[in-house]
Amino acid sequence: MSFQIPLQAQLNNNHTIRKHVLLGITGQDFTLIAASKAAMRGATVLKAADDKTRQLNKHTLMAFSGEAGDTIQFAEYIQANAQLYSMRNGIDLSPSAVANFVRGELASSLRSRKPYNVNLLLGGVDPITLKPSLYWMDYLASLAPLPYAAHGYAQYYCLSILDKHHHPDINYEQGIKILRMCTDELKRRLPIDFKGMLVKVITKDGIREVDYDDSARIDCP
Amino acid sequence: MSRRYDSRTTIFSPEGRLYQVEYALEAISHAGTALGILAKDGIVLAAERKVTSKLLEQDTSAEKLYILNDNMICAVAGMTADANILINYARQAAQKYLLTYNEDIPCEQLVRRLCDLKQGYTQHGGLRPFGVSFIYAGYDPQRQFQLYQSNPSGNYGGWKATSVGANNASAQSLLKQDYKEDCDLKEACGMAVKVLSKTMDSTKLSSEKIEFATVGKTKDGRIYHHLWGADEITALLKEHNLARDESGLDGDQKIV
Repeated sequence: MSFQIPLQAQLNNNHTIRKHVLLGITGQDFTLIAASKAAMRGATVLKAADDKTRQLNKHTLMAFSGEAGDTIQFAEYIQANAQLYSMRNGIDLSPSAVANFVRGELASSLRSRKPYNVNLLLGGVDPITLKPSLYWMDYLASLAPLPYAAHGYAQYYCLSILDKHHHPDINYEQGIKILRMCTDELKRRLPIDFKGMLVKVITKDGIREVDYDDSARIDCP
Repeated sequence: MSRRYDSRTTIFSPEGRLYQVEYALEAISHAGTALGILAKDGIVLAAERKVTSKLLEQDTSAEKLYILNDNMICAVAGMTADANILINYARQAAQKYLLTYNEDIPCEQLVRRLCDLKQGYTQHGGLRPFGVSFIYAGYDPQRQFQLYQSNPSGNYGGWKATSVGANNASAQSLLKQDYKEDCDLKEACGMAVKVLSKTMDSTKLSSEKIEFATVGKTKDGRIYHHLWGADEITALLKEHNLARDESGLDGDQKIV
């Protein structure tokens, strides 16, 4: 007996999916989540201002990439469940609880006839301990809490930069600076126009969009 | 007069009462007293054991205090057999939450799950309500140490100090008198045995007549719950001069 990845799930090796950029960076009191703005189908860019994130509750944000229909369906299913929990219990799920819940949902979906084909980043700040956190999860529902993370081809370019420059107690400005190095490198080396990045930051006060200007042209040497 | 409305748990009487629920409450008021006190660094639960016998195995037969979860314990007053059903349900609910979210269930949520079940028996027909009241002691990061009480109707509430079972009215007023806002766990334990000694029939207590448990925080910040052993209870009773006279206890052993 050998473990076989379901046929549908193998689609994740699909070139288009891996062209989506998802990045996450934690710092001393924040988590940054960045997602590329291009919505692609095959070789075509359908939209240049796509938002690949959903806010789950006040302190948790989820970014997703994967099979076109699955991503939003799954993300909004999780969003609805997180909000139902908040409403029923008068308290939000912590980022770690959300991450484990999502993992459970994706894992049971993976073992169904038609699994969701999505890769996720979950960023949050725990409302009680005020600790920032970042969870990486792929379409096989493997979950890893990480200080910084990436999905798709972006991994090959960004992880080395993050390895070199990241520190757990960087402040927000330093975080943005490292993110800038990553996106510049992607523009320099990745042979895809991903239409820039949408950047959001999670702090103890909630989630807000960062005014992230990446119109500058970066040339390959 | 009330007879007509007795047999069905789910029918209101003309005065707007549910007799079966009230009878369940009555059954509980004959059970051994149980009380809980919330301190700033922990919670103590204490209970009067009704079944005592020299032949009873001490540490294998808990009658009143049960562990629900890593972060929660409870005291029972009423029918122990009914309580077992509910405790089993609570333990499963807590484990299911742990499986889903990989963290302990918040105290109030677990209490509410149990109370939803209890409430069901006051509305859906054919069965009698659970004849148990609980006192819950627990900890969660959101609301720290918490003490709850619930009864057969499915009502629950959070308390600083509370009691259920026989003499619970007098226990409650004693607690009201003696409770200090920022007492620590040690003081609370002292208060618990004192109140218990006054509400129980005999003034001198012994370890086989009461059960004792605490929830607290270790020095390194972990939450523990602890069901006390007989020797620990005896030590506490001695400290507060409430222990039964040792020579009296050994009396019949000396007759050879």
